[in-house]
Amino acid sequence: MERPGEGQEAEAPAGTHDIEQDERYRRLVTTRSRFGWRLTILMLVIYFGYILLIAFEPHILARQLGDGVTSLGIPLGLGVILAGIALTAIYVRRANKVFDRDLDALRRDYGA
Amino acid sequence: MSRFPVTRTALILAALGWPAVAAADALTGQTEQQAANWPAILMFSAFVLATLGITRWAAGRVRSASDFYTAGGGITGFQNGLAIAGDYMSAASFLGISAQIFADGYDGLIYSTGFLVGWPILLFLLAERLRNLGRYTFADVASFRFAQTPVRLFAAFSTLAVVLFYLIAQMVGAGQLIKLLFGLPYTYAVLIVGALMTCYVLFGGMIATTWVQIIKAVMLLGCASFMAFAVLWNFGFSPEALFAKAVEIKTGIAAAGGAAPEEAAAKGLSIMGPGGFIKDPLSAISFGMALMFGTAGLPHILMRFFTVPDAKEARKSVLWATGWIGYFYILTFIIGFGAITFVASNPDYLMPDGTLKGGGNMAAIHLASAIGGDIFLGIVSAVAFATILAVVAGLTLSGASAVSHDIYASVVKKGAANSADELKVSRYTVPVLAILAILLGIAFEKQNVAFMVSLAFALAASGNFPVLVMSLLWDGCTTRGVVVGGFVGVVLALVLTILSPAIWVAVLGHAEPIFPYSSPTIFSMTAAFLTIWLVSFADKSGRATVDRAGYPAQRVRAETGIGAAGASDH
Repeated sequence: MERPGEGQEAEAPAGTHDIEQDERYRRLVTTRSRFGWRLTILMLVIYFGYILLIAFEPHILARQLGDGVTSLGIPLGLGVILAGIALTAIYVRRANKVFDRDLDALRRDYGA
Repeated sequence: MSRFPVTRTALILAALGWPAVAAADALTGQTEQQAANWPAILMFSAFVLATLGITRWAAGRVRSASDFYTAGGGITGFQNGLAIAGDYMSAASFLGISAQIFADGYDGLIYSTGFLVGWPILLFLLAERLRNLGRYTFADVASFRFAQTPVRLFAAFSTLAVVLFYLIAQMVGAGQLIKLLFGLPYTYAVLIVGALMTCYVLFGGMIATTWVQIIKAVMLLGCASFMAFAVLWNFGFSPEALFAKAVEIKTGIAAAGGAAPEEAAAKGLSIMGPGGFIKDPLSAISFGMALMFGTAGLPHILMRFFTVPDAKEARKSVLWATGWIGYFYILTFIIGFGAITFVASNPDYLMPDGTLKGGGNMAAIHLASAIGGDIFLGIVSAVAFATILAVVAGLTLSGASAVSHDIYASVVKKGAANSADELKVSRYTVPVLAILAILLGIAFEKQNVAFMVSLAFALAASGNFPVLVMSLLWDGCTTRGVVVGGFVGVVLALVLTILSPAIWVAVLGHAEPIFPYSSPTIFSMTAAFLTIWLVSFADKSGRATVDRAGYPAQRVRAETGIGAAGASDH
């Protein structure tokens, strides 16, 4: 029952303890997780904002834009989908450009 | 390409009214067996031959448990993104959402947004950490610093529950669809699906499953693109013109149904805004939560992140998958409105009472026939079938790995199973799951199983998702906390669904539901998070000390990948 988890099972990575004290590691983890949470909250606000509009004020979405039949709900709904893709792209771009560079330096020093 | 002028006379067909078709029963309504559709059968045979060829090729490459579960970790981010899209875009979303739009217009888009927004969350909170910590199943991650046996048992239970409900819904959908499209009896259809998915998974493991999903994704995206393009082309690429025509047709149908002109105009215009989807605000929010967080907790989706070599590729997979899936839902929206303009007023596709020939879910299929004739109808039918195959293969593999990796290797053998035995257990499990799926598929033929897909999402959002988030992100989390909290979430979601209108009233025939809302997630997911927090907080056991002490090392590996076993072949 009290078997150690898989982490201990694998060869204990050298310097796990040291890396926690490393300023670069701390900065990377803090920055990245703050960035991840900000984007998460943004996505939640966008999506649940949309759902709450549907739930409480559906007539706003049904309102026509200009003279045609196209309603406000169309750009808003498609906008939620596009926002999801855009936020994903923003995260991947920053991770590829910034986080990976810092991570590579750490992995070099602590052996991956 | 032929244009279909809409004649008002055709609208008389709708004289008997226009029964609304919910996406929910799009794949589950009873369908009539049709005459054999040869182009569809030929196309589908070509797909089956190609995928069996791939399976044969893959079979030669499946040598270890790692090959079987995760294709040796050798899939690229781009390939995995397509495979995830192929795993996720089910026939229910293609036919169901376009049918929903065909019937009620705008409401279909609400489903589409919900199915998409889980992906960013999965990326921001879980994807890279999953890849850094896990090997084969999400339970590797959830149990990383915890006592193995209880966490693995929870994970296997929730995986099998999600997989079975999802699988039943797919099997019943496949049976109805094939009966309709190919003119095959229901039982044969279910048997064919069961036999093919067994072949792919048993012999080709994750390698074959991945390629089946990739091929299916390309075929489905190609067909949907063509259909959406053809629809827009007919309206000079003006969405406004498309919507205006759809409103005009719906207005005409309402007027033909005896509505006063003003009432009919209002009815026609109502397809441009939210309608019957929302019964009450709480259900709407709860359903939104199930779709969003359930996506991030589906075991067969989470498993796909172990097929790539590292966190960077995992991240790319999500971007590609999100892009393809989002694109697909936008196409589905155009296809749904296109179906209103091409199909809703064309007597060729309607029964005398004004309903669609073959049932409500046929809107996209009839549209295919309207824009591309019998050949394209055959292609789209075959693609719809291929879609189901790719989804059930992924589900079966995920269920088999829960049995062999989480129960057999981790619980029974205490982590000391050798790869060959583990692989053998997986392979015994695949036909067992397939037979179970076939039997359940036959048993549920006449049942409305629409609630099962949303139940699978609710279970994933209430069990796996809270367990993963808390174990990955909270240092105070303990074994007892995740196990008790996870079970509370899953069981509560299950019980509340049984007490909800979808089962208590519609299936069991009681007059009033005990649980009045259509989705349990707002309660069950919240309960899971609170229980995990409370139980962990109060946990003073010796194990709890070990669990908490394990957090820093887990975090280093989750964040950096340092110490992660290289999953690729090199």
